[in-house]
Amino acid sequence: MSEIGAFLLEKTVVGSVMFGVTLGVVAYATLGERKLSGFFQDRHGPNRAGPWGLFQPIADGVKFFTKEEFIPDRANKALFVIAPTFTFMAAGFLIAVIPFGDRIVVNGREILLQIADVNIGILYILAISSLGVYGVITGGWASNNKYSLMGGLRSSSQMISYEIAMGLAVVALLIDHGTLSLRQIVLNQTGPIWQWSVFTHPLGFIIFYVSAFAEAARIPFDLPEAENELVGGYHTEYSAMKFGLFQFGEYTHMTLASGLIATLYFGGWSIPWLTAPAEPTVWWGLLTFAVFWIKTFFFMFVFIWVRWTLPRFRYDQLMGLGWKKLIPLAVLNILAMAAILIATGGAGME
Amino acid sequence: MANTEVKSDPFRKYDLTLAERLYIPAIMKGMGVTLSHFFRKPVTVQYPEQKPEISHRWRGRHVLKRDEFGRERCVGCQMCELACPADAITIQAGEVPPERRHLHTTERYAVTYEIDMLRCIYCGMCEEACPEAAIFLTPFYEFAEDSREKLIYSKEMLTEKVGGPIFYKD
Repeated sequence: MSEIGAFLLEKTVVGSVMFGVTLGVVAYATLGERKLSGFFQDRHGPNRAGPWGLFQPIADGVKFFTKEEFIPDRANKALFVIAPTFTFMAAGFLIAVIPFGDRIVVNGREILLQIADVNIGILYILAISSLGVYGVITGGWASNNKYSLMGGLRSSSQMISYEIAMGLAVVALLIDHGTLSLRQIVLNQTGPIWQWSVFTHPLGFIIFYVSAFAEAARIPFDLPEAENELVGGYHTEYSAMKFGLFQFGEYTHMTLASGLIATLYFGGWSIPWLTAPAEPTVWWGLLTFAVFWIKTFFFMFVFIWVRWTLPRFRYDQLMGLGWKKLIPLAVLNILAMAAILIATGGAGME
Repeated sequence: MANTEVKSDPFRKYDLTLAERLYIPAIMKGMGVTLSHFFRKPVTVQYPEQKPEISHRWRGRHVLKRDEFGRERCVGCQMCELACPADAITIQAGEVPPERRHLHTTERYAVTYEIDMLRCIYCGMCEEACPEAAIFLTPFYEFAEDSREKLIYSKEMLTEKVGGPIFYKD
């Protein structure tokens, strides 16, 4: 087989597997959320569709496809239809650069368990995830409903505010690691557990984590869909699969945000004290793949855990926390990190 | 001068401690509370498979009692119909024909006795009004049917099959 053919085959297989696995996890994240929400409230959660409710996502999918498609009379039809795909695509594109696992060698060919190891990985993620807000604001605008519009506007202002804090927290991390490549950041964190960035950037981690909650519009920052003020927020007028795509996009966002937290601050697919073998087999690849998902699942669990612990912020509190607390703290974090690196002549200074 | 000591104002905002202003310790504490619930046994009663325990004083489906000789206690006096605030009970009273003598205590009886289970508010006034201790409300509560007509219970459905003395449990 020619070199280009082998390359195409490799990327097709890796891409399909990563995309499929992620979407499978996202589908079951909807069940997981409802199941765990049940446990947090001393109940069972969905348990009627199949054993432990395992067929619930399938039942939900069937329901989404068979329900009536409702488009409001004076809605902007084109924008109304296209908005959910924006949200979903913006979240789905992020799969491309997430390092799901280490490299493996099959028949002398090196295969990376990551769709593309681009040298602007983090920049790409910040850029694409900001696009998700277009779907939300387009949906809110196109619905021709004041509550939807309010939800869309809130969402955009919230995302813009917290993107700054998130970006600044990442900048401190980048100064330390000296690279934007997500794979390189994971490689830098291999070795003993204290190599994890969370131990070298505790403040940056907290800022990034809080911002990730706001970016994914999860409680306590779910202002865009604050149901007691805005009915359903930007998706009030949406039904059937269009609503399903919004939901799916949101859960994809949450899943990938968890994966990103694991990658940036908790060593991604790496296992503490364990170094990659010289000839990485498929088993090593599967092991790192599993480790990545275990870490990701933990952070998804925390997303749900926080949901049942904290009440929603008021809008001015949300903005106050973002602009008056997190952003100054993030700037302080960058300055402190830069000062430490200059003083010690640390990594990434060349 | 009068006592100027200011009583502690319950509405005064108190100064938050540093730990409270940092939020993080408070959030951790809250997360601990929710996590303790996560590991707790669910309190759910899995209804159709598992039934909740119902008090014997529950006011549910009615029953028309018979006495220890298997005779209908109901004499068709229509006191329950009169007492019913929801107009759920409809009785047609009549004279007992000779061939039914052994089934009744007097010469008057209820020819038809219908209770509309959808109109009934399960207040138990019929039970209180009955001079013959003939009608009682039972703990049965599963009424689901697919038409309104099926929920108008006839005398045959309401009357118990075998009679006996009445025991007041409470």
